[in-house]
Amino acid sequence: MKARVHITLKNGVLDPQGKAVHNALKSLGFEGVDDVRQGKYIELQLEDSLPEDQAEEKVKQMCEKLLANTVIENFDIEIA
Amino acid sequence: MTMAAKNLENSSDISPQTIKDSGLTIEEYDLLNAQLGRTPNPLELAITGAMWSEHCSYKSSKKWLKTLPTEAPHVIQGPGENAGVIDIGDGQAAIFKIESHNSPSFIEPFQGAATGVGGILRDVFTMGARPVANLNALRFGEPENKLTRHLLSGAVAGIGSYGNCVGVPTVGGEVNFHKAYNGNCLVNCMTVGIADTDKIFYAKAAGVGNPIVYVGSKTGRDGIGGATMSSEGFEDDADAKRPTVQVGDPFTEKLLIEACLELMAEDAIIAIQDMGAAGLTSSTVEMASKGEVGVEIDLDKIPAREENMQPHEFMLSESQERMLMVLKPGSENKARAIFEKWELDFSIIEMVTDTKNLTLTWRGETVADMPVDVIVDNAPEYDRDWVAPKPQTTIKAEDIPEPSDYADTLVKLMSCPDMASKRWIYEQYDSTVMADTFAGPGKAAAAIVRVHGTQKALAMTTDCTPRYCYADPFQGGAQAVAETYRNISATGAKPLAITNNLNFGNPERPEIMGQFVGCVGGMRNACEELEYPVISGNVSLYNETSGKGILPAPVIGGVGVMQDITKAMTLNFKAAEDTIVLIGETAGWMGSSLYLREIEGQEKGAPPPVDLATEKRHADFIRLSIEEELLTAAHDVSDGGLLCAVADMALAGNIGADLQIESNIPLHTFLFGEDQARFVVTTQNTDALLEAAAQAGVPATVIGKTNASGTLTVGTDLATDLAALRTAHEGWLPNYMEN
Amino acid sequence: MKSAVIVFPGSNCDRDAQVALRQITGQEPAMVWHTESDLPKVDLVVLPGGFSYGDYLRCGAMASHSNVMKAVKDHAEQGGLLLGICNGFQILVESHLLPGAMLTNKKLKFISRNVHLKVENRDTPFSKSITGETIRIPIANHDGCYFADDATLDQLEQNGQVVFRYCDETGAVNDNANVNGSLRNIAGICNDRKNVLGMMPHPERAVDTYHGGTDGAELFKSMVEALA
Repeated sequence: MKARVHITLKNGVLDPQGKAVHNALKSLGFEGVDDVRQGKYIELQLEDSLPEDQAEEKVKQMCEKLLANTVIENFDIEIA
Repeated sequence: MTMAAKNLENSSDISPQTIKDSGLTIEEYDLLNAQLGRTPNPLELAITGAMWSEHCSYKSSKKWLKTLPTEAPHVIQGPGENAGVIDIGDGQAAIFKIESHNSPSFIEPFQGAATGVGGILRDVFTMGARPVANLNALRFGEPENKLTRHLLSGAVAGIGSYGNCVGVPTVGGEVNFHKAYNGNCLVNCMTVGIADTDKIFYAKAAGVGNPIVYVGSKTGRDGIGGATMSSEGFEDDADAKRPTVQVGDPFTEKLLIEACLELMAEDAIIAIQDMGAAGLTSSTVEMASKGEVGVEIDLDKIPAREENMQPHEFMLSESQERMLMVLKPGSENKARAIFEKWELDFSIIEMVTDTKNLTLTWRGETVADMPVDVIVDNAPEYDRDWVAPKPQTTIKAEDIPEPSDYADTLVKLMSCPDMASKRWIYEQYDSTVMADTFAGPGKAAAAIVRVHGTQKALAMTTDCTPRYCYADPFQGGAQAVAETYRNISATGAKPLAITNNLNFGNPERPEIMGQFVGCVGGMRNACEELEYPVISGNVSLYNETSGKGILPAPVIGGVGVMQDITKAMTLNFKAAEDTIVLIGETAGWMGSSLYLREIEGQEKGAPPPVDLATEKRHADFIRLSIEEELLTAAHDVSDGGLLCAVADMALAGNIGADLQIESNIPLHTFLFGEDQARFVVTTQNTDALLEAAAQAGVPATVIGKTNASGTLTVGTDLATDLAALRTAHEGWLPNYMEN
Repeated sequence: MKSAVIVFPGSNCDRDAQVALRQITGQEPAMVWHTESDLPKVDLVVLPGGFSYGDYLRCGAMASHSNVMKAVKDHAEQGGLLLGICNGFQILVESHLLPGAMLTNKKLKFISRNVHLKVENRDTPFSKSITGETIRIPIANHDGCYFADDATLDQLEQNGQVVFRYCDETGAVNDNANVNGSLRNIAGICNDRKNVLGMMPHPERAVDTYHGGTDGAELFKSMVEALA
């Protein structure tokens, strides 16, 4: 079983990397992009024996404790 | 050998393509067969191919490298080890080397440059030294080239990320731009370390039955074929070679440094060698060769990062942050405990043997078994054809027109890519970690780093002027050595030894080989005359794309020592009303000058001749003047001539200068000519300085005074605000990189 | 003043802190390995600069969960002095010993240079003996852009928890001087109780004349005098 974790900066937190990518896209001639926010993607290989709801709860704890800094980041978990 | 050979893979697997893939020529393959007395199996062929590559065997350059002076009373270890070692007194040694990572950096600048730093750090701490400073000499294509920005920003970020994380300050270096590097950037990394003279470690394996230990990171499939790749030119298909790039992990390197130094404090290590180019292959056979012993390696005991790795992948992987050691018997547990404390892999991968063979086993079978001397000592050596380049004509000072506007000319020179401030680059390097940096980038003619816990300091620099080397390889080679000697002397330190990084094009072309032979000849002369030997180095050939070679770049890294850091000399003007004195003679040499290239758009003419006896006399005088505390600032005169040196000193101190030039040569050639063996100094003790110079037979000319008005003037010919000059000088690179 | 320096595997300013403390306090600081559970009895604990565990996830994130941090937190709770420099500051915010978070510098690059800091509050054990309006010490980091929400920032200001701000050589706090884009030019903050300070610049690299400045020494002297 895989857990896919997307970590993004909260709205209102300055994202200079996203801004740099946005500018770069513009300078390459890609129009129509209003905003770019960048983040992290973490893939966890979980034991298959774990029930899905428990897995999600466990990954949530991992995010809160280590994987994300909830002062500045949001996270989003996908179990598959 | 026949016994073992029976178990080897079937030799009929060797096809012409397999030979080509190994990097060997058909003639070299035949030579290998003759030496082995049988055909090699594919693994043995791949191992030999890596070790006989230009990168590992120095087969085109060895003949000439042997001519370089490598000895002096203060040299503890010359070329041939992981790095060179010099005695700096009080039971301490400086250990240093420079190494190229050119082709990996061109393919992936961030990782290429980062792993370049990692590799050279390992070469130095392998010898028992704590690394105390990094420098790097970078050369990129012209700014207009579409790759230049990408290569520069990637390489700089990579160097910074690695050095900053391991916590070794990056204190100096140089950055040049020229269209000759459009297809081949140069990334040359130098590390300087300090050790106790009684705690220096070598790569000579010894003691039959002693355990061979692998430590550090696990082995993956990265960087396979790196050594052979570095020995080929690019054919505009660098993209296709991308998978061979290694990825660096500076955190693991930091752990490895600490673990190795901790183990070195114990009496446990017989031999130690880092895994650089050609990874496990070169480290095992080099250790065996130096010790005239054999080694047996069980490939199943190599810590693997990926599954199902094959023998040739283990042997040729260039995974980073790995080391090989021969331990004293009985010290395995002590060593294992230290590496486990630092959470690094530790595996006994077999032992030293008396067979003088490299023997590899895998899954219970012998998969390679060949004499070490075939792979190392009997590698082919070539006496390549060479032709000396046609001598360039000497350009007469009178033939170069006077600029219509001197101030504008100075601004143009000080803001041209080669001269513009490199602040945008060096501010990405932590230059003050370890808290021993006295003069980091831009502060003195050479970087100055205190020897921790003492009053002593090391001065270090890298220099090379490729346009001189192209125009006259012999003079250019000598000039590069002399310039480092001058830079180090201008800090007050005594230059002790050099490391060299010889970057050239394809040695199979006689004109390129001619450049190499010429540069090495000039270097030899300079090293001999200045008593300034070569103690380590690296050769990087085949730096060419689609048949076009780079401008030859024999980069010199020099190191010197001073006894009293409180006397260390920096280059910034210190106060108004100091007298500015030019040391050395000025004939207005304009051939191959920066002025000629940047202002007249011409790259031609014989470069300035180097008179080594004069270089030595003037440098000795500068050191003595610093020792006797006669000077308030000192800088060498090089690119852009006298006026650019003065402008540097003025900008660094934010103090202006008023110059009065009296000379019978045209003013612009006095100001911008690149005559060698010259320094600009300031003094508050003019009479004493001039008298000392007269006694030493050193030309010293008062050329002006520093001022409090924040302007730089030359008689009535030039007047410019420092603020405007600074905007131009410091603005070019950030504008180029960020717009 | 008795002191201890915490050593994580990737710390690289631990020795610099050790040398500075030895020089200024006249006593040998204890060097405490990250796996330890107990601290020696000391007045000051320093979390030094570096890359504690490689900092590949977020700077200081893993270090904030290391074994030794429990003892470090206890030390702070009991009122002991705790100074986090650079990576140490990052560890302090990741451990929630100080509010806010650290982001990548606004220009996305590592910055190594001397900076000027305006001393905003001298009524702390870390700043009471600083003589000048401003101090000049080196900075060297990639992720030193201080972030907190407006309410937190207002509270920091009200409580006098902002100790250092980036300024220019004249002492003016402005955008140009704000090297990494920190909110309100914040370079160093302390907790409400004023016994925990986190700062991005490196005072331990400016304690000796050969460093080109000794302003950093005043920070350490403040602590010695505060405890006297």
